Formats: sequence, C-alpha cells, structure tokens
Amino acid sequence: MNTPALKEWPLWEVFVRSKQGLEHKHCGSLHAADAAQALHMARDVYTRRQEGVSIWVVPSAAITASNPDDKGELFDPAADKIYRHPTFYAIPDEVGHM
Amino acid sequence: MYTQAMDIPDVAAKPAGVSRTPDAQDAAFEARIDTDGRIEPQDWMPEAYRKTLVRQISQHAHSEIVGMLPEGNWISRAPSLKRKAILIAKVQDEGGHGLYLYSAAETLGTSRDQMLDALHSGKAKYSSIFNYPTLSWADVGVIGWLVDGAAIMNQIPLCRCSYGPYARAMVRVCKEESFHQRQGYEALLVMMKGSDAQKAMVQDAVNRWWWKCLAMFGPPDADSPNSAQGLRWGIKRIGNDELRQKFVDATVPQAEVLGVTLPDPDLKWNEARQHHDYGQIDWAEFWATVEGDGPCNRERLATRVKAHRDGQWVRDAALAHARKQQQRKNKEAA
Repeated sequence: MNTPALKEWPLWEVFVRSKQGLEHKHCGSLHAADAAQALHMARDVYTRRQEGVSIWVVPSAAITASNPDDKGELFDPAADKIYRHPTFYAIPDEVGHM
Repeated sequence: MYTQAMDIPDVAAKPAGVSRTPDAQDAAFEARIDTDGRIEPQDWMPEAYRKTLVRQISQHAHSEIVGMLPEGNWISRAPSLKRKAILIAKVQDEGGHGLYLYSAAETLGTSRDQMLDALHSGKAKYSSIFNYPTLSWADVGVIGWLVDGAAIMNQIPLCRCSYGPYARAMVRVCKEESFHQRQGYEALLVMMKGSDAQKAMVQDAVNRWWWKCLAMFGPPDADSPNSAQGLRWGIKRIGNDELRQKFVDATVPQAEVLGVTLPDPDLKWNEARQHHDYGQIDWAEFWATVEGDGPCNRERLATRVKAHRDGQWVRDAALAHARKQQQRKNKEAA
C-alpha cells in the first residue's frame, strides 16, 4: 500500500499580514501537499486568534537566500558610508526641524 | 521558520581560501554566544550544539503532541458546551505548538519523518507528565493550572534561547499558554464553589498531580549533566532547581485563593531564604516513568502510532491529488 514514490509533504514558508496597511511578515513554516492545502493549514496553525487578514505561502525550496559567510562582504561596506544618514549633517539650530 | 530547504549557494563552489577554517568558525560561534548573540539556521554551529537542540526541540514538540491525549479524553465528557469549546481550543493549541516546534527542529537538518519515527519507535522521549491518567474532570483544570503553569515557567526563559527559530517558536507558544493556565484555574475556582463532592474532586486531582509537576523541571542541577553545557550555550537560561523554586513560590498563594492544600507536609515559608521549602521528590518513580514504566506510557504511544497509521491514506491521497493537479496543469501548458 505504501508506494515508495510518496514521501513527506513539501515544506512551505508562511507570511501573514496582521492588519490591513501592514506588510506580510514571515511567521513560520509547515508541510502541505499543495498550495491550497498550505493556505488552509496556515490559517489553522498561525491565525487561530485573528493574527492575520491575509496569508502568503511560498514553497521553501523557491527561496534563494544570501550565504551567512558572505555577511561581511555584503553588508559591511555600508558601515563606512555614514553620510547616507541624515544625522551626518550639522544644521544650525535656528533652522529648526528639518 | 527559516527552513533548511532554501537554496543557499554551494559553499564548496566558492574559491579556495574564502571559506573559513574550522577553528575560525568555532571561535566565531563561541564569540557570538559570549555576547549573547543569536544563532540562525544557516550559521555554522558545533555538531554537539546542533544535536542538543534537535533532541530538546523534538522532545518538546513530541510533548505537545502527546500532551493532546490526556485532555483529549475529556472533550466528549466536558460538563458544558462552554467548557467543551474551551478544551477543544486548548487541545488544538497544543497541536499547533507541536507544529511550530517540529518546524523549528527541521531548520537544524532533521526531517519530520525522522522525528516522528523516533517518537513512534520509542527512541525519542516526551515529557513524562503525560504518562499519568486523567481520572476526573478536575484533572483537566489541574493540568491547565499546574502542568501548564510549570510548562510556562520552563518556557518563558526559552524565548531568549540562543537558537533563533526555537526562541521565536517559544514566543508564540508562551503567548497562547497563558490562556491554558487561566482557563484551568478558573474551571477549578468554579468547582470549589460547588458541592463537597466537587471540592473533594479538585483536592484529589491536586494531590495526584502536584509532585509530578515538581518533577517536570527535571533532576536537581547537581544530577543533570546536560544542564551546565545547555546554560553555557544559551539553550537553557535558568537551572532546574531555580525554576522549580519559582514555580513553588508562585503556586502556594494561588492554592490558598483556590482553597486547596498542596500535598506536602514539609512545604513552608522560609524567612531566611525568602522562599518556600518543600519536601523530597520521588526521583525513582520519575525515572521509572521516563524509562517507560509509568501508568500510561504504552497506551499513549500506541494511541499516537495508531493515529499516525490511520492518517497515512489521507497524507498519501493529498500528495497524489497534488501530483495529479500538477500533471494536468503541465499538460494544459504543453
């Protein structure tokens, strides 16, 4: 009865919009046979207390992630570009809020 | 929870010399732990750290799933529609907690099937507390008040666990767990305003569960070899004895309000310590239950295995349906 071709349900990442006007935020993952079932199960697993008004499910395997070993070369270059922040610029007090 | 299945560029494909040496990796890991930083799934981690987490998180997940059984027994016998709805919601939460935790464990490279196999074959442990029977309706209230209360004591520090996905799962769990404890305590309050028989039922349940709940925190730190390493790694934040003491101190006034006696003649306030003293826990009985000889070990596992087997055709059918839909789509596209 157990066909060897049938194995674990694939993994999905779940993103929930907590309220209208806010972004979808990653909240966890789950296994489901297909997208429709993943949505249905995400509703039961992650929104039992009105935590959301909209759900996205994405096959985990479809996500491309940056490599943690590359963190330095990817993100450190921004560290010495403090002129990108508004606080880098001294403005006379009499100008007031700018 | 930030899956392991994501498409990360192959480290081996990088030019030689870019990848860090094992010593440097280890030093970077230790440095992050020292500064109370967080570890994420794709970060390098020592094998022992990974193994400890897989063991702890999967045991925790198994406990949530098996924990549905003792209370599930009472869904069809709840005394009112309101209590039934509350109990169903609580048991569903436990299932949800198990799912958050399985997902967190999977980020460490283990699979759901591997974890379930370990549970079903008896290789993996789950919390011993679920190997005791729920003999009366008062047990459902006492489980909420004391068992979930003890679980909350254990789980709140885990929200600061060094492993990100576990910590995030615990934040969700703890938010929901408070409802579990309060509904249990409130159900007992109602019974304590009832007949003498109802009051006696509550006291009997407290008598049977109190010592088991104290044992839930695990053996004394001195006899718990994994404790020190867990604390060092930031997997555990507070030792077993300290958590147990916090639980006793928090529970004594609650028991007074409820009007029940905690079944320990040695339980009394110690002015010098500013804590309650309490009696000896029966560790021999605890270990016998852990090793499989508790009153319900066999029944719980058999129920779990049967549920899994009975559900196999549903899982197969859902997968077959998904494949068929996909094939139909491919055909239409061609």
